[in-house]
Amino acid sequence: MRKICSAIAAIIFVASGGIAVAEGPGDPTAVKKEDDGKWLDKDGNPTYKITDGTVDWFTYSGYRRYHSDCHVCHGPDGMGSTYAPALKDSVKSMSYGDFLGVVASGRKNISTAQENVMPAFGDNPNVACYMDDLYVYLRARGDEAWGRQRPSKKEDKTEAYTKAEDACMGKK
Amino acid sequence: MRKVLLATYLGSAAALAVGSASANDELIKMSQNPKDWVMPAGDYANTRYSKLNQINAQNVGKLQVAWTFSTGVLRGHEGGPLIIGNMMYVHTPFPNKVYAIDLSNENKIVWKYEPKQDPNVIPVMCCDTVNRGLAYGDGKIILHQADTNLVALDAKTGQVAWSATNGNPAKGETGTSAALVVKDKVLVGISGGEFGVQCHVTAYDLKTGKQAWRAFSEGPDDQIKVDPAKTTSLGKPVGADSSLKTWQGDQWKIGGGCTWGWMSYDPALNLVYYGSGNPSTWNPKQRPGDNKWSMTIFARDADTGMAKWVYQMTPHDEWDYDGVNEMILSDQQINGQARKLLTHFDRNGLAYTMDRENGELLVAEKYDPKVNWTSGVDMDKNSPTYGRPKVLDAASTDKAGEDHNVKGICPAALGTKDEQPAAYSPDTQLFYVPTNHVCMDYEPFKVSYTAGQPYVGATLSMYPPQGESHMGNFIAWDGKTGKIVWSNKEQFSVWSGALATAGGVVFYGTLEGYLKAVDAKSGKELYKFKTPSGIIGNVTTYENGGKQYVAVLSGVGGWAGIGLAAGLTDPTAGLGAVGGYAALSNYTALGGTLTVFSLPAAN
Repeated sequence: MRKICSAIAAIIFVASGGIAVAEGPGDPTAVKKEDDGKWLDKDGNPTYKITDGTVDWFTYSGYRRYHSDCHVCHGPDGMGSTYAPALKDSVKSMSYGDFLGVVASGRKNISTAQENVMPAFGDNPNVACYMDDLYVYLRARGDEAWGRQRPSKKEDKTEAYTKAEDACMGKK
Repeated sequence: MRKVLLATYLGSAAALAVGSASANDELIKMSQNPKDWVMPAGDYANTRYSKLNQINAQNVGKLQVAWTFSTGVLRGHEGGPLIIGNMMYVHTPFPNKVYAIDLSNENKIVWKYEPKQDPNVIPVMCCDTVNRGLAYGDGKIILHQADTNLVALDAKTGQVAWSATNGNPAKGETGTSAALVVKDKVLVGISGGEFGVQCHVTAYDLKTGKQAWRAFSEGPDDQIKVDPAKTTSLGKPVGADSSLKTWQGDQWKIGGGCTWGWMSYDPALNLVYYGSGNPSTWNPKQRPGDNKWSMTIFARDADTGMAKWVYQMTPHDEWDYDGVNEMILSDQQINGQARKLLTHFDRNGLAYTMDRENGELLVAEKYDPKVNWTSGVDMDKNSPTYGRPKVLDAASTDKAGEDHNVKGICPAALGTKDEQPAAYSPDTQLFYVPTNHVCMDYEPFKVSYTAGQPYVGATLSMYPPQGESHMGNFIAWDGKTGKIVWSNKEQFSVWSGALATAGGVVFYGTLEGYLKAVDAKSGKELYKFKTPSGIIGNVTTYENGGKQYVAVLSGVGGWAGIGLAAGLTDPTAGLGAVGGYAALSNYTALGGTLTVFSLPAAN
């Protein structure tokens, strides 16, 4: 049933000039933790890990980055605005790869009623260096694993993460 | 011949003015005719007051819809139409259509203009693709497009008379503000404070579109058009390098200070007034210094652009309290003395009353009692911190530093008021102010600058003040004493420009979509009607065929549409509390419509 629904959704999206909808991200259960604190699901895609209200570092970092660069269009907590879609819902019908592609390259959704344009963030280190963080946060929002509030308890930022972040942001 | 035709076209009031008089004289005269609405705020003083009184406090309850007009655009509709004689000019958000409508001929569309713009400008507009309206002068309708092109259209035909490029969207420079025609020039600002733009006000020749002068908000003295010896701040010369000294290195080059608000003009003093916006980035740690002249009220010579006086309201901003809101000019008595005043309701929650001739600060008071980032402005002329707001440590995001979340700051970055302009009635000597009643958590962090990409540097969440569920107020304010006279609660921020009239009625719109009329003296609600969409436009009035009309654009969006569409973050969520944080989307949906009201024929 779920597959039929998403197939219909895909047809509608294509008809309205959007990008075809791929399969959703699948089972979010975290099975493996990497050195930088990132959790992976069984398919090796980034996912969240929330235990008794304590979120993993990527969910927390994603919350912060989202509410700087993304919420200006997509609304608080991934809820959408009057002119940009609710990303907490968008991530449910996108693969991890699709998500990276759209954030890096942008997308246009032009119909007779609206012209919606998302810019390409691939050259913007404030976004590009934090794509996994954003994905993990939004995935948690999409599954309602995390609500509409700021995470207060979080896993620590790892040394590996700091190193990678500094390298990506061009910090010496 | 052209002039004769034009005069006939524009109606009798304009006919008197057109001829040898300059555009300035023509406009002053036209703005004094209450039947017309020839500039964004109705007059140069930005009062948004009309002498029309057919609709008054006694009969406004009988108001009904006379006609409506769909703009065909769904995004947020700010600003309002111009009315000149029998013609009405309606603008829209991106793609920035302009409709010329004949009010004497069944509201027929006489011409329509739709520019071709690269849609890539859409995502570099910070907060929806709004446009705040048109200007008129010398038989031309001036449109400031999203892509920063300033276009003069023949008011009669819609043909492009000239076009000037004011900025570069690839660098994050965009156009959202309305222009102001002053004498033989068109003055226009620029947007892009969240993209690290070095913002400016630029004057173009009304006849040709040729650039006459450009004054930046920050930079070397020649770029900011400041005379170190003659330009004053609080009565003292600003001195050399007044801006450069307050920035680290050449950060001023990406310093923001944008100029997307409303401008006003005093013909007797020949000064234009406007405010500059936030310094870029939102992370205060990254840009030490006062960051002059961001967050500043400017008084500039209309001919040369040279600054006569400046006043920085929020030195070294830590909260995104843009200073762009309108400057309302009034003549009132303070302590028995007749003063030429300028009143400004800032995003930072303080309302300033100044002497507009010399920039003396007379009153600076909170116009929402919840404002908590400052204990007030130092009014002691002998104090070394004279004119500066005292920042409270608990609200200082600079003191807390990067990666620290400062909670419960009031107002939120939206400000106690944003661009939605207030009105002033000389009858009551009161200002009528649409306000936001929203607080925030603010966490700055390090960002890197990439041209044309967002340069924000802070994480925000917004919510109503603790213990309250309403997110807006509509207030009456006494600018002489700095006191609230009355205050009406609104469920959502009031994001619509107010209108005051000689009928003793004040009008404003709400985000749910209501046009409301209240008694100017008491604030008592006299009338409301729910238009097709939430109102972020400004209320206008005009007379046609002996009848007074009230017009307003609805079409929810703008910054208000970002946070409020989903409902603001509920700080108590997860604790099981049921708050009053209802989403705006439960009340209204998108759609641009002009709704025009009048009294029933039998009245």
